[in-house]
Amino acid sequence: MERQGNSLFLRIYLAAMAALAWLTVLSGTYVIYPWYRAAAPAGTTKLSAFPRALLLASPATRVWHSLGMEWKEHVAWLAPIAITMAAVIALQYGSQLRHHPRIRTALSGSVLSSLLAAGIVGFFGAMLDKNAPVEGGSTIHLDGGE
Amino acid sequence: MGLQKSILAQELQIRSNGSAAAAVLACGIGSILLAIFTVAADKSAALKGLLTIYKPAGPLSGVTTAAILGWLVVWVLLEVSWRRKEVSLTRVDVIAFVLLALSLLATFPPIGDLL
Repeated sequence: MERQGNSLFLRIYLAAMAALAWLTVLSGTYVIYPWYRAAAPAGTTKLSAFPRALLLASPATRVWHSLGMEWKEHVAWLAPIAITMAAVIALQYGSQLRHHPRIRTALSGSVLSSLLAAGIVGFFGAMLDKNAPVEGGSTIHLDGGE
Repeated sequence: MGLQKSILAQELQIRSNGSAAAAVLACGIGSILLAIFTVAADKSAALKGLLTIYKPAGPLSGVTTAAILGWLVVWVLLEVSWRRKEVSLTRVDVIAFVLLALSLLATFPPIGDLL
């Protein structure tokens, strides 16, 4: 009974994670990303509303776009691919996973891969947000905190 | 005899690993497709234009759409071929995770630029 409960929890949990991952990449690509890459009109001097242009305007912040954003925007899509695979396997096999140790290993690996992709994206997302729309400016600096 | 039949019936009901192997390998192939389309769109202006299916998001829209469609097609084909089969999952796991790692590396701009 407890085993069936765990299996049901795993299936619901992974399905919810997959749905959230898709929601995140779709909204990120089709809602947030167009704001990020919007071209600044000619003659614009205040670039805080144009994060990509703001980052590219200074050699000190250019790398956050050319490395951070360029990687993040693609790697993000690996997370839903990997977690969807894990969710579908959990839904297909359910409590039968106990008979398949190698499938459990593959499932764990895919969840970790998804976590790694999300971690990379989260890190660069936080750094980009810190350096472009929130603070702007021409240099990268780390706040010491209060 | 009855117990043996019951165990046999249970064994027969155990699903083969083919569906899981199909999902795992498709995941690896989908990942590498994403990297291939990313690098190709970066190298070719014509492909970049072709993959810009939603202008505000640029070629990213087409790169990801093409990779996802490729991943799903491969998954369906593998599922149909393997669903009732026992597959060497160790080999499939290794191939899939190598493809996933290559995808992570190839989409990393300093490495992607070298390709």
